[in-house]
Amino acid sequence: MARTFDLKDDSVVVIVGSGAGGGTLANELAQKGIDVICLEAGSRLSLGDIVNDNDTMFGRLSWLDKRIGTGDLNANLPLWVCKTVGGTTVHWAGAALRFQDHEFKARTTYGEIHSANLLDWPLTLADLAPFYDRAEDKIGVTGTHGIPRLPGSNNYKVLAAGATRVGYKEFHTGNMAINSQPRDGRPACQQIGFCMEGCAIGAKWSTLYTEIPKAEATGHFELRPNCMALQITHDQNGLVTGVVYADNDGEHHEQKARAVCVAGNSVETPRLLLNSASAKYPDGLANSSGQVGRNFMRHMSGTVYAIMPGRVNFERGTQMAGIVKDEAGFNPKRGFAGGYEIETLPGFGLAGLATNLEPGAWGRKYAQTMEMYDHFAGMWLVGEDLPQTGNGITLHVTEKDQHGLPVPVVHFTDHANDIAMRNHAYKAGAAIYQSLGAEEVFRLPPFSSTHNMGTCRQSANPRDGVCNSYGQTHDIPNLFISDGSQFTTSGAENPTLTIVALAIRQSGYIANRLSKRG
Amino acid sequence: MQGDGLPRRDFLRSSGITVTALAAGGSMIFGRNHAWAVAATSLDPHITQTLLVMTHDLFPHQRLGEQYYAVVVDALDKQAAGDPATRQQLTDGVAMLDAAQVKAWTDLPDAARETVLRSVEKTAFFTTVRTQTIGKLYGNPEVYRMFGYGGPSAPLGGYINRGFDDIDWLPKT
Repeated sequence: MARTFDLKDDSVVVIVGSGAGGGTLANELAQKGIDVICLEAGSRLSLGDIVNDNDTMFGRLSWLDKRIGTGDLNANLPLWVCKTVGGTTVHWAGAALRFQDHEFKARTTYGEIHSANLLDWPLTLADLAPFYDRAEDKIGVTGTHGIPRLPGSNNYKVLAAGATRVGYKEFHTGNMAINSQPRDGRPACQQIGFCMEGCAIGAKWSTLYTEIPKAEATGHFELRPNCMALQITHDQNGLVTGVVYADNDGEHHEQKARAVCVAGNSVETPRLLLNSASAKYPDGLANSSGQVGRNFMRHMSGTVYAIMPGRVNFERGTQMAGIVKDEAGFNPKRGFAGGYEIETLPGFGLAGLATNLEPGAWGRKYAQTMEMYDHFAGMWLVGEDLPQTGNGITLHVTEKDQHGLPVPVVHFTDHANDIAMRNHAYKAGAAIYQSLGAEEVFRLPPFSSTHNMGTCRQSANPRDGVCNSYGQTHDIPNLFISDGSQFTTSGAENPTLTIVALAIRQSGYIANRLSKRG
Repeated sequence: MQGDGLPRRDFLRSSGITVTALAAGGSMIFGRNHAWAVAATSLDPHITQTLLVMTHDLFPHQRLGEQYYAVVVDALDKQAAGDPATRQQLTDGVAMLDAAQVKAWTDLPDAARETVLRSVEKTAFFTTVRTQTIGKLYGNPEVYRMFGYGGPSAPLGGYINRGFDDIDWLPKT
């Protein structure tokens, strides 16, 4: 049964955020009998609130508090992430891929790259493998644990046929946290085609209807939705002691805690640490390295759409259930470090395609292009981008949000390596469609970022990063980073599975540590 | 694919559209033979007419009747009715189009109207009209179904039994 805890109860672990990291960690700890409070800035939706309408769900799910994007980012919406119970697991497409071995050793594998702040992770694929196993089983990843892959949609069949023609070898309908058959009390995918607007039947894993209710059932968990964390407090010894938050009415409260785990995605997590600056920690919490808010990564990305010789109806079916893996490895002959994945992507409706295909375009030819909607095929290109010290999150000097906190400024500029990879990926993606006689190919720049990583990174040496391989901050032993912010490098893969695996690993470490302290 | 082939200057006449002023203010758009009508309560007949031509010029489709563009104008009118700043922006925007040449913008031939539109495409007025046109034209279920987009599928059980894998033209190998 869900229970409630007193604000003064300092025996609880407070988790900020209920997405892939926070929601998973909450359930894992609660299952071990540890009392947990989860503060979530967004409200709690039910499946009945999820409708097949892009605009409605964008408004219902997205984090729309003011953020300023600079550099290559969209100025008004630098990130496309969620403010809702379940976080961005409500919106994610469901691609659940493991990092490759060499991606944990980026500095060693790629060598020194000018203006990149590269570092090896303080853990290896072998360290994380058992937790990847548990994560895949937990979220029900197709192609693992005997779970069949999803059937291929038209958009996938175009991708596969083109991949065959250009000579790629490894492609399939992906490793998806979307049920191909009923599992864990959730139904099989009905090929609805609105995964990123929230799965209306719950076939796609989201903490909203898995980890959160399971945690509540333990009797060791309280979810506080519509509660925005403002500041983490600490004592004179420097240990954290609680979290100050604003409730739905704007009232401020302080929840005491024995440990605090921050999982607010890669803008809010460092923002909270920076906003918690004090006399003892004038540069913000856990920031003796100066790396809090730095090394923001968003993945190299781009989109290729093509008008095919026949009808595709690419909106029919699972949006991202199709992947070509041949470019994912590291092959320096291509002229860049790292690799990229090729994944299917639909058009988000006629209005969505008209908005995105050529921003600002209009006129007779563009209208004729729209008439070819049902002939479009589409893919998303996603690959490793490099950490750079200058890419990151800072606090606006004067502008404040509705809570009186400085508005975050998110800066990102592509590294030359990112540009080289994107150009290679555009060409490879176009070749797939051209091999099948595509009539026209379109190359779209990155959308607002959904894969956000690195702003409180793991490092072996406290000088180089914010936390250790368990997400425990180097400076403050009872303060943890529990989301994609802790990524040392981005890898090529969609980050969610790695966030979940790290959360499971972290939960064991925290439980062990708490039991030793008694 | 061909355009609709009509000389733009004859757009209103040949489309059978008439726009009249309403006694209480605003205007009324009538389709050919009064087959349909849209009331614009906030915008005067000239602005209404101009926006109707403009939304059509932005995304011209031979297969779409003018009533689908009238829906966009209706949305712009509602936006203007609820927001004086938008109303002013539309009023000023139409005046800007008309000031570009000696004749009123709607009386210009195709190419000249397009030239004027290209010259204002960075303005907030243009963005307002273009954004509403995309939303209300391409977001109109009757329109997007005509172009092969299925729209919401969950209420119909998704596409699992409705053609998610029905592609038939791909090479066999």
